[in-house]
Amino acid sequence: MAIRSAFCWFFAVCWLLTVSAVGAEEATFKLTIRNHRFEPTELMVPAGQKIKLEIDNQDATPEEFESYELNREKVVPAKATVVIFVGPLKPGRYPFFGDFNKGTAKGVLIAK
Amino acid sequence: MLGIGVLILREVLEASLIISVVYAATRGIPGRGRWVGLGVAAGVVGALLVAAFAGAIASAVSGIGQEVFNASVLLAAVVMIGWHAVWMSSHGKALVTKLKSVGSEVSVGHRPLAALLVVVAIAVLREGSEAVLFVYAQAANGSDWVDLVAGVGAGILGGAAIGLALYVGLLRIPMRYFFTATNWLLLLVAAGMAAQAANFLVQAGILPPLGARLWDTSALLSDHSLFGQTLHALIGYDARPAGIQLAFYFVTVVIIVLGMKLCGKPKPPISGAA
Repeated sequence: MAIRSAFCWFFAVCWLLTVSAVGAEEATFKLTIRNHRFEPTELMVPAGQKIKLEIDNQDATPEEFESYELNREKVVPAKATVVIFVGPLKPGRYPFFGDFNKGTAKGVLIAK
Repeated sequence: MLGIGVLILREVLEASLIISVVYAATRGIPGRGRWVGLGVAAGVVGALLVAAFAGAIASAVSGIGQEVFNASVLLAAVVMIGWHAVWMSSHGKALVTKLKSVGSEVSVGHRPLAALLVVVAIAVLREGSEAVLFVYAQAANGSDWVDLVAGVGAGILGGAAIGLALYVGLLRIPMRYFFTATNWLLLLVAAGMAAQAANFLVQAGILPPLGARLWDTSALLSDHSLFGQTLHALIGYDARPAGIQLAFYFVTVVIIVLGMKLCGKPKPPISGAA
């Protein structure tokens, strides 16, 4: 009974979120992961507005996009593109990194 | 090995802390070990499945499937904890009486355990799937197998040790306050999960942030330090919260507390006793 109602909740929430996901268009910026590095390593974005990041992982292994400053964390599976929304940001530098390849996968978002 | 161990520890830690709180909160209920064990097992299987289908989940719902999935399972866990907390508010006294008098078992049914099994399974599934993907990425990148196995082993042991320490600490709470304490702790765990779900929905562009960064206490306590992460799992600490996370946090607290107050009242006398 408890488990069944949990599943009902789960699907209801999934459905609601899917329906409400059809939103407005934001300015889109692209990041590519290749050989466990981000390209570009410095990405300029406008401050003061919500922006959409498209992260394209061209490697054969998964990566995790992470930024403490942006309070964001997201797995980017191998050969997949994911979307992540950030902001509106105050002007400044927002470093990010690949949690699965910390040595090489580093970059910074610069909001102006 | 150290890097691998640290990352695995970080993934294991939050699940381990939540298992400890659940295990403490179900003290005195017969069969709880089996139920929590089942929850962990279900979570591990779920983590492997989620990792295997990570690509499909990520590209679902035009690239925000991961957030929708994470937010959904987190909110499901919040509902389960809320239900348990409300249930405890009317059954907690019986448990305390039982624990004080040795021998007698409280027959409470398995409903509260089933709810918390789901919570444990979800905690393990969420953190575990990232750990599985990380290990897979390391193996595919040609990491040394000995390093990988040793790192994973050390990370899991470390995470489990911290969880065990929390459990031992919780057991020191005097019995009179014990379930009040574990119930409040579960309540804050749930509020933190709700706030985290809100953050996922902002990340997916579904909810407005209502202030992308209300404050920044990361210089004081980073939520990526061991202690910060512990507080994150237990009370939902976030060094850089968005406004909507706060809203979700407090609405969750208010709803569960109201439920506890309404259901925790002594039953009204049966008709005719007025």
